[in-house]
Amino acid sequence: MPQEPSPQQISEQKIYREMGLIPDEYNRIVELLGRQPNYTETGIFAVMWSEHCSYKNSKPLLKLFPTEGSQVLQGPGEGAGIVDIGDGWAVVFKVESHNHPTAVEPYQGAATGVGGILRDIFSMGARPIALMNSLRFGTLDKAHNRYLLSHAVSGIAAYGNCIGVPTVGGEIFLETCYDENPLVNVFCLGIVKHDQIQHGKASGQGNPILYLGNATGRDGIHGATFASEELSEGSASKRPAVQVGDPFAGKRLLQACLEIYQTGTVVSVQDMGAAGLTCSSIEMGFKGKTGIDLNLDKVPRRAESMTAYEIMLSESQERMLFVIEKGRESEVQKICDKWELPNAIVGEVTNSQHLSLFQDGQLVANLPLNACCELTPVYQREGNPPEKETLPKNSSPEKEPENYLAALKQLLVHPNISDKSWVYQQYDSMVGTQTAQGPGGDAAVIILEECQKALAISMDGNSRYVVLDPYLGGMITVAEAARNVVCAGGRPLALTDGLNYGSPEKPEIFWQMQESVRAMAEACEFLSLPVTGGNVSLYNESRGEAIYPTPIIGMVGLIENLNHITPSNFQSRGDQIWLLGETFAELGGSCYQEIRSGKIFGNAPKLALDQEKRLQEAVLVAIESGLVSSAHDLSLGGLAVALVKASSEFFTASVSFESVLRADEFLFSESQSRILISIASQFSASLQSIMAEHKIPSMMIGEVVSDQFSISFNDELLIEDQIQSLKACWRNGFRDYFTKT
Amino acid sequence: MHCAVLVFPGSNCDVDLYKVILQIKGATAEYVWHTDTDLDRFDVLLIPGGFSYGDYLRPGALAGVSPVIASVKKAANSGKLVLGICNGFQILIEAGLLPGALLPNQSLQFICDVVPVKVTQSESPFTSSYQLGDILRLPIAHGSGNYYCDEATHKELKSNGQIAFSFTPENNPNGSDAGITGLLNEQRNVLGMMPHPERAVKQWLGSTDGLGLFQSMLEHHTA
Repeated sequence: MPQEPSPQQISEQKIYREMGLIPDEYNRIVELLGRQPNYTETGIFAVMWSEHCSYKNSKPLLKLFPTEGSQVLQGPGEGAGIVDIGDGWAVVFKVESHNHPTAVEPYQGAATGVGGILRDIFSMGARPIALMNSLRFGTLDKAHNRYLLSHAVSGIAAYGNCIGVPTVGGEIFLETCYDENPLVNVFCLGIVKHDQIQHGKASGQGNPILYLGNATGRDGIHGATFASEELSEGSASKRPAVQVGDPFAGKRLLQACLEIYQTGTVVSVQDMGAAGLTCSSIEMGFKGKTGIDLNLDKVPRRAESMTAYEIMLSESQERMLFVIEKGRESEVQKICDKWELPNAIVGEVTNSQHLSLFQDGQLVANLPLNACCELTPVYQREGNPPEKETLPKNSSPEKEPENYLAALKQLLVHPNISDKSWVYQQYDSMVGTQTAQGPGGDAAVIILEECQKALAISMDGNSRYVVLDPYLGGMITVAEAARNVVCAGGRPLALTDGLNYGSPEKPEIFWQMQESVRAMAEACEFLSLPVTGGNVSLYNESRGEAIYPTPIIGMVGLIENLNHITPSNFQSRGDQIWLLGETFAELGGSCYQEIRSGKIFGNAPKLALDQEKRLQEAVLVAIESGLVSSAHDLSLGGLAVALVKASSEFFTASVSFESVLRADEFLFSESQSRILISIASQFSASLQSIMAEHKIPSMMIGEVVSDQFSISFNDELLIEDQIQSLKACWRNGFRDYFTKT
Repeated sequence: MHCAVLVFPGSNCDVDLYKVILQIKGATAEYVWHTDTDLDRFDVLLIPGGFSYGDYLRPGALAGVSPVIASVKKAANSGKLVLGICNGFQILIEAGLLPGALLPNQSLQFICDVVPVKVTQSESPFTSSYQLGDILRLPIAHGSGNYYCDEATHKELKSNGQIAFSFTPENNPNGSDAGITGLLNEQRNVLGMMPHPERAVKQWLGSTDGLGLFQSMLEHHTA
């Protein structure tokens, strides 16, 4: 076995650089320790101080988010945020990214993302009941992108299906900027009784530390550091930094943990995720203001002669670390044995404020906990707007389309708009029998029979708006996610964010982060939505090109009365169709603009937060008054696409309207703060008075019919077709890329 | 009617099945761990869906030789009702209680959907509350549900009336031979099926067509 470099060699030959530390950071470590760190210690610092664990580049921005509210039981800082939903119940949720691993090994990269977010949720004591995901890949005309997407989807499906937690929804967007650098953001939500909530605070000197789950191997070493670098030609050689998932072990670990919580012996528990044993033990000790002694000889291993460095930095999956009440170990170990999971007492809680590692009877590392967690570097990066290309200000195409039906069909077959059931039919969306609305709608709806309530959950993000205008785009991300939850009948409660950007060291990228985070924080503040946690993924670049700034929101809303669950498609013939909100000539960043011009330019749609808030409130009042048959958010593709999507083979729309806008602007504009609803005709007056009271412009545009889909504009019949033919375009546009090539 | 809900490491639909049984008046349920072998106290044995033993080797292959299955075989031979859903169906086939094989879906992908399922045998303890030819809307969620058997077996299944449920020719999602997706043993006290009746028991789940199956079993038990 080759000798590890000595502390002196690490310093002189700058070996720390290979682990992701820069000279300034290394010198700071030497100063904090009062000596040169050895190889294991340097590795531990490298992962604890990586962006992934320390948020050293994003901390100053994350501070902007409102994190408090009467409903918040646990804000950022633990495995996941916790929000009260009444009657002694709470929901636990978080989003996590697995972008870099997916770029080099899409199946395992995406699968272990699901495994990781699940453990984040059940490490809080909760039973996971819903998964979602937000995917960004390159365009499907390229075979490599189809490979990455289809394998990532298989990986997500394999893990979620096997562990038995339904994948109830999500979203997918394709754009060339994600060609080499796809994004996989996974979301999980669990439910827990208040008195069952677990924390990751190691306390009680002498309490044993229990390792539970798969044995530790040499996989995923330095995964957290890898995730904090730009992708390069050599990234494929980092495949060993990608972990391998074992959903069957994950399932047994989940069941075992839920049983162990019932014993009441658990002092503290933390998932071994990024940076494995290192991060979990250090964070538990730090949060508990205690100390941790670990005997590495006791750690279950799957490879021989592993070094302390390898054991500490391995990211082998499906592992948890517990602190158990002293004397009650056997109660817990009986459960571990029932589920046939490796387990061992690997150490104990001390009061040293240090992490002390022992191997072969020697002290092999001894680090102050605060140096790893609290005294981490923080970088105040500089942000500067990029020089703007001079593109036409007017975002509308020069001419109207000659054939509106053809223009609509072009939108419907576009992979970004068309039906994604080829993807979500690979996910079991129904296991657990709690799914009232699965994938495909504005928001997923999960019924909690325990408390006769429901949750509406939505994941959203539109990076085109953010790249055109990071401030507006950031606000829209929050507003749209909330609007989707409202359409399903939910009152938005709180959210989790997945922030995906390029390198923060570039001023124009940091400017995108600054502007969009500032805007998201303002929107959250205005809409009274606390952020309970999330994930930051930086350095999403390849060949020097950054992705579009891509903040993703996972929004959770509460439906107090099950009668208020609202579908997004039309329900009965003869219902009136109403357009709420105002339409402007806003084609900047729209799907229509991209199809007509081959690029996006101009301004992102504008957003007024007070208007948005009033619209959401008005629609909730209408839903809670029992007026609304269906509600659908207007987003990609605008009004015309929404009308087709809200249609089924039985019920479709016949609408007509007048406007001073050009017809294509009216039909395809992606103006914000608009919702399409259908109501029984006798509710028309009540609806109007609710809208008037909330100062929301509303327009009755037509009715639900069961024959032809039709749109008339300024007294001219623009579009008329069988709904089946339009639906066929919508159903096949995305699917055909995978089934016909 | 006292029902055993078998639980293997990797079972996922055990809780869903348990909840349905509790929803039915006159029925009770109890979980049974895969290493237990005493099933005498039960009237009905339910084998839930999921990924028993992680689907390692083949779906159902390891569960098919687990300790509890030896007792299931005995119970089946004594005439007790045995219902296997999804992975449960795969286990019954692997255990040799039903003939044929369940291959990977034709698309080689996992499929989750709600599909029309035709009742092709209403004279059984599991299907008596349906009419022959009824089209049920039932969820499916599986990677290996593509039923296959040789010609001789197929003939026998048909002449014995063992085919309980079939996909319609227009809507055969996984490529099963003749659309077969629910199979009885010759004595008709063992049923394996790929669709999930336990996921179609409430209006808000999208269908209540699965309830008939559990009601049939209860009627058979109380008759």
